[in-house]
Amino acid sequence: MMLELIYDSAAVKEPVLVQVALEEKVLMNIIEAEVGAREGRIVIEIDDALAENIISRFEERGVEVRRLVRGIEKSDACVDCGACISVCPVNVFYKDSDERVIAESEKCVRCRICIGVCPLKALSLPE
Amino acid sequence: MKTVDEINQKIVEGSASVVTAIEMKEIVQELGPEKAAKEVDVVTTGTFGAMCSSGVFFNFGHSDPPIKMQKVWLNDVEAYTGVAAVDAYLGVTQLSETLGMEYGGGHVIEDLLRGKEVELRATAYGTDCYPRKEIVTEISLEDVNQAIMVNPRNAYQRYRAATNSSERILRTYMGTLLPDFGNVTYAGVGELSPMNNDPEYRTIGVGTRIFLGGAKGYVTGEGTQHAPPFGTLMVQGNLKEMSAEYMRAATFPGYGTTLFVGMGIPIPILDADMAKATAIRDEDIETVIIDFGVPRRDRPVIRKVTYAELRSGKVEINGEEVRVSPLSSYHMARKIAEELKLMIEKGEFLLSLPVERIPTKEVFKPMRQKEIKVVKNVMSTPAITVTPDTSIADASKTLIEKGINHLPVVDSSGKLAGIVTSWDIAKAVAVGKSGRVEEIMTKKVITASPDEPVEVAARKMESKRISALPVVDARGRVIGIVSSEDLSKLLAR
Repeated sequence: MMLELIYDSAAVKEPVLVQVALEEKVLMNIIEAEVGAREGRIVIEIDDALAENIISRFEERGVEVRRLVRGIEKSDACVDCGACISVCPVNVFYKDSDERVIAESEKCVRCRICIGVCPLKALSLPE
Repeated sequence: MKTVDEINQKIVEGSASVVTAIEMKEIVQELGPEKAAKEVDVVTTGTFGAMCSSGVFFNFGHSDPPIKMQKVWLNDVEAYTGVAAVDAYLGVTQLSETLGMEYGGGHVIEDLLRGKEVELRATAYGTDCYPRKEIVTEISLEDVNQAIMVNPRNAYQRYRAATNSSERILRTYMGTLLPDFGNVTYAGVGELSPMNNDPEYRTIGVGTRIFLGGAKGYVTGEGTQHAPPFGTLMVQGNLKEMSAEYMRAATFPGYGTTLFVGMGIPIPILDADMAKATAIRDEDIETVIIDFGVPRRDRPVIRKVTYAELRSGKVEINGEEVRVSPLSSYHMARKIAEELKLMIEKGEFLLSLPVERIPTKEVFKPMRQKEIKVVKNVMSTPAITVTPDTSIADASKTLIEKGINHLPVVDSSGKLAGIVTSWDIAKAVAVGKSGRVEEIMTKKVITASPDEPVEVAARKMESKRISALPVVDARGRVIGIVSSEDLSKLLAR
């Protein structure tokens, strides 16, 4: 599952991510990280089964947590060409027996490269 | 041996046996071509891909007072008007003058098909018979007299697949190509595509009735760049009868706009040879993967490949598995073949034999050019260089004395090690640095090769926002330097 961690600069002075990882002995993939003047955000990927506990650990330390349950989505504008298939680093897209392009959204790591590739502008990433 | 008239008679009576090209492969495999030719009367094909060489001839009707349009725009996309007063040709790759790649001729066509109004703006010089000098109005597809789609090059029989050996991402008409052979893209739908099912063009020629964008259309002849087995067709149809489902505007990011065109061609099965031709499989359709990392006309061939391999989703390049993206929609192509089959079965679509055959042998020649200018013709040589241990002060003196802005840094064997610019030196001085150029030089240098065309060097400088490229030979030694000023002097001539 992907979690978006929102750090308020006033609230967070500690290396929270690493503290949680070490204390809970949990593996995390960092998917995105942005540092702003008043706020930072990190998107991490963790095992679904651990999510509840990890969310509480972050919240206790003053980090706001959002669950990013949805990955890339495809609109009706799609003509099922498949231009997206080969650029995705994690194989989100495949063609079914009817030759339609299917997005396995839950695999998405939010890199957004497919959005910039689609000739029909049919792909989007819900925030 | 059947005739087209006999097949049409059966279509009218509702007794014709029509199958799609996909179904035909199985039938021929099972029955053999002789029997299949007896069983099947028509094979329907389909294709749905981005076809840049497409557009529409409009006749807008006359305004009051009348105008002889010298320039005309539809939603800010210019259409070509060098024909009669209110005729114009809108091409699908023409870009909006305000929205750029977001919107182009293809989008105007799709908007019109969706029943939307578009803004028509025209200017003129004014004549005694056409006094008006400008007009701005709104038009819909219903308002124009004719909207005749005339596509100079459609339905490519097969196309070369694309990959990219370079270190950067490339945005092309073949889609986005990832660096270092990161992916392969290909166009066309192989065994389902019209011309592959009649490779000798016995039934596809001038006057062949086709399915174009949901309506009936016609082949008007060979397409531009027709070069069998990379055959192409010129086609026409009435846009007013078409459907937006089969005409979809698109943008290839970083390249521009185009139009996905839906086309299907019925192939009459006149004899066993035609049955055999329509049994063609993706395994038998060959093309090549070419390297777009080399921005030349003759891009290197990386390897041969069949449509079956491309369609499998991965191909091997240099021992590694590379993922493949189709750029044409098999789903839509199949739908078109089915739709055309239905139209024929319902007796709504009769076949026609060509009144003239299109060539089965033709070559696609390159442009005749006076000369191709390459970097070694324009570079400054020998390049003035420094070594990594030259002092910043000495480098600065060299720049001033020679009146230049770029100094390639070379090692003891003459190989490129870095570059310093007058800006790097100004920065170093501003912060009080006074060491050797090695400390301030840029180590990852963008270079040119002596035989590279000047346009390629210019594009490198433009995309990297730099103003000079050291020219290095095959062994990495600096033999000159080419600057944007050298090129602009040349290109301005």
